[in-house]
Amino acid sequence: MAKSITQEFTKGLWDEIPPFRLVLGLCPTLAVTKSVENGLGMGVAVIFVLVCSNILVSLLRNIIPSKVRIACFIVIIATFVIVVELLMQAYTYSLFLKLGIFIPLIVVNCILLGRAEAFAYKNGVVASIADGLGIGFGFTLSLVSIGALREVFGSGTFFGMSVFGPSYQPFTFMVEAPGAFVCLGLMLCIMNLAGSK
Amino acid sequence: MREIIKMIVVLTVLSCFSGGLLAAISGGTKDKIEYQQLVFVKGPAIRNILEGCSNDPIVDRFKIKDGDIERSFFVGVFDGKADTVAFESFGKGFGGDIGIMVGININDDKIISMGVTTHSETPGIGSKAKTDPKFSDQFKTLDLVQSFKVKPDGGEIDAISGASVTSRGVCGGITEAGTVYERLKPQIIEEIKKFS
Repeated sequence: MAKSITQEFTKGLWDEIPPFRLVLGLCPTLAVTKSVENGLGMGVAVIFVLVCSNILVSLLRNIIPSKVRIACFIVIIATFVIVVELLMQAYTYSLFLKLGIFIPLIVVNCILLGRAEAFAYKNGVVASIADGLGIGFGFTLSLVSIGALREVFGSGTFFGMSVFGPSYQPFTFMVEAPGAFVCLGLMLCIMNLAGSK
Repeated sequence: MREIIKMIVVLTVLSCFSGGLLAAISGGTKDKIEYQQLVFVKGPAIRNILEGCSNDPIVDRFKIKDGDIERSFFVGVFDGKADTVAFESFGKGFGGDIGIMVGININDDKIISMGVTTHSETPGIGSKAKTDPKFSDQFKTLDLVQSFKVKPDGGEIDAISGASVTSRGVCGGITEAGTVYERLKPQIIEEIKKFS
């Protein structure tokens, strides 16, 4: 491979940052980013599943027959998602209650299947770990920044702490579903403006 | 042919591995998850009922086998004596089962407090069984082992207005708790000794 390990990692943070550049994984992006805490929790769960599934897919890439590769990927991803779900229930139950259905839905998150198919199935283990970490951190970064914007304007808090003081009238539109679309669109717009110079 | 066999073998091995891993993790986190669910789902009701106790009733719990099912009992220590237990029973409500947590003093068999844990009653009407203390406070200091009825049925409990099915369900659940308590009392006394 022409690219170095560092490049595999850093591409996930800007060039291919999901969900802005790779427009994948929009469902959890829009749904769970009501607050920074939720976004961070979701991001960490995705990093774990993504890195583990990338490692396993990459290790098994010469064994898995290409005709059943999607089925194999799904089995691997689903296993790690349930692992995350059980661990979250056991150790961070309140976060699990907030994220709820979106944890099991990581299984059908396109980022995971996309990375397994497009990267880990064709590359070595170390490069796959770097790719998983990079894309995972990029996804977390996006969720946290969208979450921060929506939480700060929508509820006037950051990580549950008050930002503007009690006199601030929350702009509740931002924590509703349409606010998520608007916020995502504006951020994408700013990123494209910054990139086009 | 060889290709098909390879596909079958790979998928089977992968699935077995996945199943094994999940079974191991599920076994390892089972107690922890049960504890978390108790803290977040039933915890508030239990703490409310055993208010003022000096221990953590969610840690100090024991199980008794009652026929086919296992019931959990939560111990409350008051003034240094473990003489109060709380446990859950179910009544038939308007929208499904109503979970009711009842706290009993084992010395005089009187209810110290009760609270609804889980329900699917109509919000704002039947849900008052959980939120309106005027309803739940009626049960305080009554003898547990008796048949509870709402006033229209000849009992002494004031029903929640507009929610007679829910009120009857709660009464039924507490009556059920009474029969369970009567049946298991020797075992409860035996188990609770360990906590004082």
